[in-house]
Amino acid sequence: MAQTPPPASAMQPVLRLIRMPNAGLAPKIAAVVLLVIVLATILAPWIAPHDPLAMDPLNRLKGPMPGHPLGTDNYGRDILSRVLIGGRLSLMIGIATAIVSVLLGLIIGMIAGFFRTADAIIMRMMDALMAIPSILLAIALVALNGPSVGSVIAAITIPEIPRVVRLVRAVVLTAREEPYVEAAIALGSSMPKILIQHLVPNTLAPLIVQGTYILASAILTEAILSFLGAGVSTETPTWGNIMAEGRMFFRIKPELILYPGLMLSLCILSINLLGDTARDMLDPRLKKRAG
Amino acid sequence: MFQRLTATLLASTILAGAAWAETTVTAVMHSGLRVLDPVMTTAHITRDHAYMIYDVLIAQDSQFQPQPQMADWTISDDQKVYTFTLRDGLKFHDGAAVTAADAVASLKRWAQKDAGGQVIMDRTESLEAADDKTIVWTLKEPFVPMLEVLSKQSALPPFIMPARVAETPADESITDYTGSGPFIFVTDEFQPGISVTYAKNPDYVPRDEPADWMAGGKVVNVDEVKWVNMPDIQTAVNALTSGEIDYIEQMQVDLLPLLEGDPNLVVEVREPTGMMTMARMNFLHPPFDNEKVRQAALKAISQETVLAAMIGDPQYYQICGALLGCGTPLENETGTDTLTKGGGAEEAKALLAESGYDGTPVVLMAPTDMVALATQPVVVSQMLRDAGFNVDMQPMDWQTLVTRRASQSAPADGGWNLFITNWMVPEISNPISNPMLNGRGNDAWFGWPTDDTIEKLKNDYIAAADLDAQKAVSEEIQSHSINTVLEVPLGQYSLPQARRANLTDMIPSPVPVFWNIKKGE
Amino acid sequence: MLGYILRRILAVIPVMLLVAVFVFLLLRLTPGDPAAIIAGDMATPAQLERIREAMGLNQPLHIQFITWIGQLLRGDLGTSLISNTPVSSMIASRMGPTLAIALLTIIMSVLLAVPMGVLAAWKHRSAADYAVMAFSVLGFSIPVFVIGYIFILIFSLKLGWFPVQGYTPISAGLLPFLKNAFLPALTLTTIYVALIARMTRANMLEVLGEDYIRTARAKGAPERTVLFRHALKNAAVPILTVIGTGFALLIGGVVVTETVFNIPGIGRLTVDAILARDYPVIQAMILLTSFLYVLVNLLIDISYSLFDPRIRY
Repeated sequence: MAQTPPPASAMQPVLRLIRMPNAGLAPKIAAVVLLVIVLATILAPWIAPHDPLAMDPLNRLKGPMPGHPLGTDNYGRDILSRVLIGGRLSLMIGIATAIVSVLLGLIIGMIAGFFRTADAIIMRMMDALMAIPSILLAIALVALNGPSVGSVIAAITIPEIPRVVRLVRAVVLTAREEPYVEAAIALGSSMPKILIQHLVPNTLAPLIVQGTYILASAILTEAILSFLGAGVSTETPTWGNIMAEGRMFFRIKPELILYPGLMLSLCILSINLLGDTARDMLDPRLKKRAG
Repeated sequence: MFQRLTATLLASTILAGAAWAETTVTAVMHSGLRVLDPVMTTAHITRDHAYMIYDVLIAQDSQFQPQPQMADWTISDDQKVYTFTLRDGLKFHDGAAVTAADAVASLKRWAQKDAGGQVIMDRTESLEAADDKTIVWTLKEPFVPMLEVLSKQSALPPFIMPARVAETPADESITDYTGSGPFIFVTDEFQPGISVTYAKNPDYVPRDEPADWMAGGKVVNVDEVKWVNMPDIQTAVNALTSGEIDYIEQMQVDLLPLLEGDPNLVVEVREPTGMMTMARMNFLHPPFDNEKVRQAALKAISQETVLAAMIGDPQYYQICGALLGCGTPLENETGTDTLTKGGGAEEAKALLAESGYDGTPVVLMAPTDMVALATQPVVVSQMLRDAGFNVDMQPMDWQTLVTRRASQSAPADGGWNLFITNWMVPEISNPISNPMLNGRGNDAWFGWPTDDTIEKLKNDYIAAADLDAQKAVSEEIQSHSINTVLEVPLGQYSLPQARRANLTDMIPSPVPVFWNIKKGE
Repeated sequence: MLGYILRRILAVIPVMLLVAVFVFLLLRLTPGDPAAIIAGDMATPAQLERIREAMGLNQPLHIQFITWIGQLLRGDLGTSLISNTPVSSMIASRMGPTLAIALLTIIMSVLLAVPMGVLAAWKHRSAADYAVMAFSVLGFSIPVFVIGYIFILIFSLKLGWFPVQGYTPISAGLLPFLKNAFLPALTLTTIYVALIARMTRANMLEVLGEDYIRTARAKGAPERTVLFRHALKNAAVPILTVIGTGFALLIGGVVVTETVFNIPGIGRLTVDAILARDYPVIQAMILLTSFLYVLVNLLIDISYSLFDPRIRY
């Protein structure tokens, strides 16, 4: 990575990401699909036909009928309403995980990249954290701390941090050899100032790309945690726990898995496609997500 | 020479034939077997395991009566001395004869853990082996339910182990699984939580009487029984359809349509008494330390809503307000009209207003990993909310719930207000053994009500001369317990079992047992 | 080079020690009481206290940690709190199915993914390329258990080709083993193929743009030779890496597939242990899987030099 841009144009890749020049048709469709899903979940309280928690046990596991366009689940709750509302928490967990892991990873990675003394210790800790299979670590964290939204976010975030740290550190290590950074150090700029003025902009663009992948994988991980019995309570529906609950009825009512599964897959698919497009535009050499 | 060859050939043919005819019953039980010590846990799967490899002194028949199993008994005229005599031919799996000393050691270990056993021990003068065959149990005062407790089939029956095993301290797990029961535990094939294999005990001598629930002759007609655990019931359904397994102990009623129309499969309710599901409140902490609030919660609940969501098909559930169970000798439904007739939301709101409820959150523990317990909390929390309660439903796994329900701390500090569990009807059909009907504060079951009236009523029950007198006391117990809400009965249900059609003659007992079963071609 | 290998092996020690510290703290600092599990559901507070005493749970954390590490170094993984069975023998009896299915998955994935990636790169921006890319994004976007259920629905229930569940060891014959192991492996393969195909394509694209490929083509080397002899050989190192980093993904996938297909492997052992708070089993399993991860990546690092003579240390 020799061609790190000079400071004046450091924000340029970020701007290019947003404008998406020369992108093919697929990312544009993906952007539209994602927009529709996000809008639908944001507007869910107004457009959902029912209270997602309202039960009607005498009308359970019914097919589509007037008032319940997608039918009802095993408590007689409206599937459409649950899938719409469920997207909110799924997306929220994804976004929160992406933001928290990127921020923490940025800070830790900056420290590791800039302070040689801290580097060895931090990186060994990151190696250790990466060695623990993330799903196992996540279920252990949720199972031991109780299945609240907060602990699910923490459980998905912690295993993601090392990847971000590695990415940030690599960028910082390259950047600090650059003449303008060396010059700033020589001129006696304070450390925080150098970090914020010169190094953060450099890492921003790759971090956005990394963030989209974390977002996608966090939504997926939430579903898997729910499936394994370590997810958020079904009183606050997520795509994951709707599917986990519907698992038992897969053969008599596959819709309980298929509808939320479709929404979730479309959503992740769009995010991944956008992430790929952004990455290709940003730096043809930044090929793999682990960095 | 030629003769010898023929003989060898013949012998090998016969052996091959024998191997061919070997029958294995593969069953999917309600849960995976992990704990092997029947004194350590009330988990039903461990009890079911214990019935395979151990035997009991006396056992309950389908009329809820104690019958001889390993031993016959006599009672002294003053009702203080019980003498049990072991029958002939009893042998442990290692070949040693079962002696009275083994039985005494086993009973003593059991009595340290079992609630009923503790009550008997409080009244025990001495329990000893008079000779190899005779056990003499001397009480300080007469205790009418003595045989009832010793013959109970659940939560914890006194299983008989070799004395060397029974000498394990009661708070340490046993590591030697030698029993004297009709099946032998195959140690090498045990995979905790996955599978367990039982081989027929060729030396077991069954009683002559026909099998009747846990009593009578335990005749084993198969060579091997294998329990495999399938946490996903659909996997089990698929395996049963394809013939990979022979038996599913508990079918999810919603999945029954998948088995319909297959002539190789039979779906049936094994035993009619079934299970009861019920809610228990914590009497130590607000809001349920207030009787009016407890009554409001009881009024808010409708059994039908709970049962419909939990089971679905009304054929498999029964609305029942009786704390001692419906279909039992002491059945009584006094005071449960709202529960059984659609709930009393208005009455609940009125009572709640009157009680001065201040919106203290109700911490409802909801197990997510047990199919038979996952639905009720979700429905109950919704009904309580509709009545004006502030409900904090906390999902957790069953293991956590079991640990946490033992905590007397305030709900905010790791305690709780409400949880729901299930019982087999025979476990709760009698006021003495029903764990919820205990008013001894800290010594009571989780929830810890201090209630002198219920203790007095139970003494009246012990003193009752006959069934009519017992029924009269039971009505008082029901009415008092519902009024102070010792528990909220949520109704009875029976999860049907499913089997391959060639698996026949299973005993219709509450405990699934594998003696008597035949497996055809 | 030998020095490099030695240094890499030594570097494993602090990582594993840190993993051990994480695992220990994770289980000790979160609520939950192993004594309550041992004592069973009818225990009195006095019995609990006795068990805590006997287990050393009342000792200071660092003493507990040192005791535990000492046991580990002697090869003692402890005893399951729930079933009272030695953890090492539980793991031994569960290791087979998981390893067999993981290996089958890797073989199937590489056989499928590498040709897919090569094809996509060779026919860059063609329909085939887009199809491969679409498939690989799709593989990342559908939860494993949904894929598993769809396969069961199609291949077992509709077509009746495979049993719906269960596991037969290879010792019972290759065919019976494959009959049971194929669907779970295929399920896992969909994610793994996505990962490897994508990496193969990216690396092939990069290598195909380099000078020596242009030279080879200019010299009239047949396309097959160019693709497989020159390009793929040089793209092999990053592909190998992704198999290593994908190992964690594989373990995650195995946990889920073992639940869907009812396979008695270490994935289910671990999940069951976590949900039942069986602390010794959780500790042993997380340590073991982490160790395997470290080991696989170590081997891959070392084998770099074999595949890529340009890398010198």
